[in-house]
Amino acid sequence: MSKIIINILRFIILVCIQVFLFKNIVFYGLNTPYLYILFVLLLPFETPNWLLFLLAFLMGLTIDLFNDTVGLNAAACTILAFVRVIFISITVQKDTLENDLSPNLSTMGFRWFFFYALILTLTHHFFLLNLEVFKLSEIPTTLSRVILSSIFTLTLIFIAEILFYSKKQRK
Amino acid sequence: MLNLWRFISRFNAFFLLIIYLSISIILLVRNNDFQRASTFNTSNQIIGAIYQRVNGIEKYLHLSAVNDSLAKENASLRNQLKSSFYNDSVTSKKIIDTVNHVQYEYMVAEVVNKSITARNNYITINRGAKQGIKKGMGVIGPDGVVGIVWNVSENFASIQSILHEDTRITSSIEGTPYFGPLVWNGKDPNMVTLTDIPNQLQLKKNAKVVTSGYGVIFPKGILIGHVLKSGIKGGGSFLDISVKLSTNFYALQYVYVIKNNLQKEQETLESANKASVNE
Repeated sequence: MSKIIINILRFIILVCIQVFLFKNIVFYGLNTPYLYILFVLLLPFETPNWLLFLLAFLMGLTIDLFNDTVGLNAAACTILAFVRVIFISITVQKDTLENDLSPNLSTMGFRWFFFYALILTLTHHFFLLNLEVFKLSEIPTTLSRVILSSIFTLTLIFIAEILFYSKKQRK
Repeated sequence: MLNLWRFISRFNAFFLLIIYLSISIILLVRNNDFQRASTFNTSNQIIGAIYQRVNGIEKYLHLSAVNDSLAKENASLRNQLKSSFYNDSVTSKKIIDTVNHVQYEYMVAEVVNKSITARNNYITINRGAKQGIKKGMGVIGPDGVVGIVWNVSENFASIQSILHEDTRITSSIEGTPYFGPLVWNGKDPNMVTLTDIPNQLQLKKNAKVVTSGYGVIFPKGILIGHVLKSGIKGGGSFLDISVKLSTNFYALQYVYVIKNNLQKEQETLESANKASVNE
């Protein structure tokens, strides 16, 4: 039950941060962080697929409504959810897990979480920015935007995760 | 049937991907259609209201910059006042009533939301159909041209800014008869490119780029930016001129919407031309 409340709060906080703060941050016209994908990354392991896709889609759509880009973030988030399902099914044995676990830094360790976040962030940014531009002629610019934005997003994800990590250890 | 069900449930992630992806792609493509006014955008009442509230806080951060630009504009307007000129004429003049012959009217509006970094950028303002805003009106800021009104709701309107793939504002270099469309290449929000200017033109750096006044949207001579550099595009006979925009989109807080009272007349006349050619 508390898990549901935590996720709802996380949804609202991430949307607010993304829409009112990060949307306005940009360096050299190249990169914007998309921290809101952290919500999809941190959904618990036992989330059924239909719920996972629905939540990812809703998250993307909410961001879209604020950005005037209906469908863009939603599409990227759906792909993100799919990659998450595949990545977890390959790297994690479901039956070895305890109940109520989330894929985060404190439960899964640095190495696993780093690759998890890296692959998911890159896929999401790749589809998001390419769908936005939708032109083959601008691929080099778009790819550099993908990489720079991913670095930015990953840094923020790890900062957020380390904040949570220390909190859990203290308890 | 059972086998089919087993197949679907085994690969359910894939089917879910297909379903949600197609929904979002349909939304994306449908919404991109310029002609179709969508209900899902920031002219939408609820989101417009949220943005207005947040903007109220954000406004304080830019207060000094906005004050500066408004003060500057006040000064330049004051310079145009009749009372600031020394009057040495003794002859009496006939007074021409200009009040009833206004072609362009300006309406001030506050920016409640804007995007700058996307490929196609929009600005939302807190004036809408109630205040007489219509699609296709020009929008300028204190420092120069900003964009064209795109969608209008009751109390809000969204503006397609210069920083948009489809925006083409006909502009010319001040003092020359040549004109061409402005395009944005999507990289730097301070730079646009002026195309279709013949290459016999001797360009000075920092020459002013202004609106040409040939459309029905903007009056003639409104500042857009300054020439940064120019180059000939691939041996053609036209110049590609890089223009530094005079409007700082990051600090934009107030804009003016331009209403052209003679727009309808000019458009009717011009479309009559086309119709008679077709006959």
